[in-house]
Amino acid sequence: MSGTILEFDSIAFHYPSNHRKVFVDFHLVIPSGNATAILGPNGAGKTTLLHLALGWLKPDSGQVLLDERPLEQYTRRDLGQRIGLLPQNEHSAFEYSLLEYVLLGRAPYLHSLEMPGSADCQLAYQALERVGLGDQVNRSVLKLSSGERQLVLLARTLAQQPRLILMDEPTAHLDLGNKKRLLEIIHGLTKDGISVVLTTHEPDFAAAVATDLVLMRAGCVQEAGPLGHVFTSDKISRLYGSPVKVVDVDGQKLVTWWLDP
Amino acid sequence: MSASELSGEKAWGYPVRGILWALVVCLLAVCLLALLTGRYPELGFLSPHRIAVDEIAWRLFFNLRLPRLLASLMLGMSLAAAGLVFQMLFNNPLIEPGFLGVSQGAAFGAAFCIVFLGGSALAVQGLAVLFAFLGLGLSYLLARRIRYGGWVLRLVLAGITVSALFSAGLGLLKYLADPLSQLPEITFWLLGGLSSITWSRLISILPAVLVGLSVLFLYRWRLNLLSLNEETAFSLGAAPRRERLLLLAAAVLATAAVISVAGMVGWVGLIIPHLARRVFGSDTRLAMPGSLLLGGIFVVVCDTTARTILAGEIPLGILTSLLGACIFLLLMTARGFQIQR
Repeated sequence: MSGTILEFDSIAFHYPSNHRKVFVDFHLVIPSGNATAILGPNGAGKTTLLHLALGWLKPDSGQVLLDERPLEQYTRRDLGQRIGLLPQNEHSAFEYSLLEYVLLGRAPYLHSLEMPGSADCQLAYQALERVGLGDQVNRSVLKLSSGERQLVLLARTLAQQPRLILMDEPTAHLDLGNKKRLLEIIHGLTKDGISVVLTTHEPDFAAAVATDLVLMRAGCVQEAGPLGHVFTSDKISRLYGSPVKVVDVDGQKLVTWWLDP
Repeated sequence: MSASELSGEKAWGYPVRGILWALVVCLLAVCLLALLTGRYPELGFLSPHRIAVDEIAWRLFFNLRLPRLLASLMLGMSLAAAGLVFQMLFNNPLIEPGFLGVSQGAAFGAAFCIVFLGGSALAVQGLAVLFAFLGLGLSYLLARRIRYGGWVLRLVLAGITVSALFSAGLGLLKYLADPLSQLPEITFWLLGGLSSITWSRLISILPAVLVGLSVLFLYRWRLNLLSLNEETAFSLGAAPRRERLLLLAAAVLATAAVISVAGMVGWVGLIIPHLARRVFGSDTRLAMPGSLLLGGIFVVVCDTTARTILAGEIPLGILTSLLGACIFLLLMTARGFQIQR
């Protein structure tokens, strides 16, 4: 795949509650149809970047381009049909069934007063099947483990059928088995031409899932490019300010680290 | 998967749509019983034959019981629907429609009118509505000024502050009120009741209630979406702040209108949405019509009891609080009940 799905052009941004600038003249280009991982320590601005890409946060200056068009040129529904968000966590106080919850992913395709129909229900069911929860459509979302809840949120995003999926720390609550399932789902999505941008603290997961990597620190891009070029011992060490070693185990890149003597 | 399973029909192990229709029948039956129950000519049922031949019975039926029944239906439906909307929008099942300074604003407006403006029924009604909206408006403006937390948290903090301000004002008005004439009137209004309802007062609130409830009913599926985090609702194509404000305004419109004629009637907006979710699940496609029907039934039963059980009328607010608290206790102690906060 080639081309650009998302571009941050000279972005400056600060939160109203804090005068400190999160981004100053920030540039980044995300290729289309790939899985791009944004790796960086806490407070690097990764989640803020996703919220700017979503259009939820507005930059002080500069613009975010989706398919080479500024986000402001899209309507809310247009954006909802094109960009999906998998939040880091989400709390519901109410006892929805999994199907009812995933059905909310169809909202961008429905007018304000419209109810979802049987085709929407079928798509929601297929999304649940894709994350391995197709046999539990009537289960309550309040009775899920945090890992299962993350998969339900992913199913809702899949039901949204977006061209670009933004994932905020998607592995935060997942065990090893579910991480592997997520990895397979992301590979499947990119094969279908869907672009995925995910933030993560986990270099190993980033190396396993992504074709492109962005290293971010304190609101700046330290390195960006194809995984093989960026995922090196010296660059990851510089990102975290601590020596690490990237090793190759059966073709998979892993990060090892040690305590200073 | 079958169509019924995908529509959520089997999610609760019983036919929820069938229960909805059963509630419609139940509401009609309760309304009919309420119209015929009372203390004329003696405690019990008024026969349809007597209504046809006895002029007093006919006037009682048409000028007192019928407008009162319709008012209690509107009261129950408005408070229950508004309660469900507030709970969904704040993603908190312990919130009721008086939140955001609405109830305390209405109470302050009514007391202000009684103390300083003579306290005619229409003026009390008007000022209660005006101050209910003032409560919402002040909460909204204050929330915009708070520079801390997300929008929902800011609204909650602003609502608590505005309610406390109106509450202090109400206390001052009660202190200033004439203890022989004005104070009992304020107290009676605060206890809530429909004894003063007439056709003209009913018609005066009808447009506001119809508009408010229509908006809430039509937007019912959207409420699920608006109960999510703001950025998630945004990512799903919603305009969360604008849509929440529209629904809050519609809920306050209906609530302020019914409070203005009925006074403070507590617990309906808290307990009925809980009950509806218990029966129909949390999806507001069914929980909203369920709340409307259960709210109507609950208040019609309470009001009929309030005007029948004793020779002198019991204030409606006392009965709804008593029954509401008992139902809430039963729900909380029932197996499987949980509030996730």
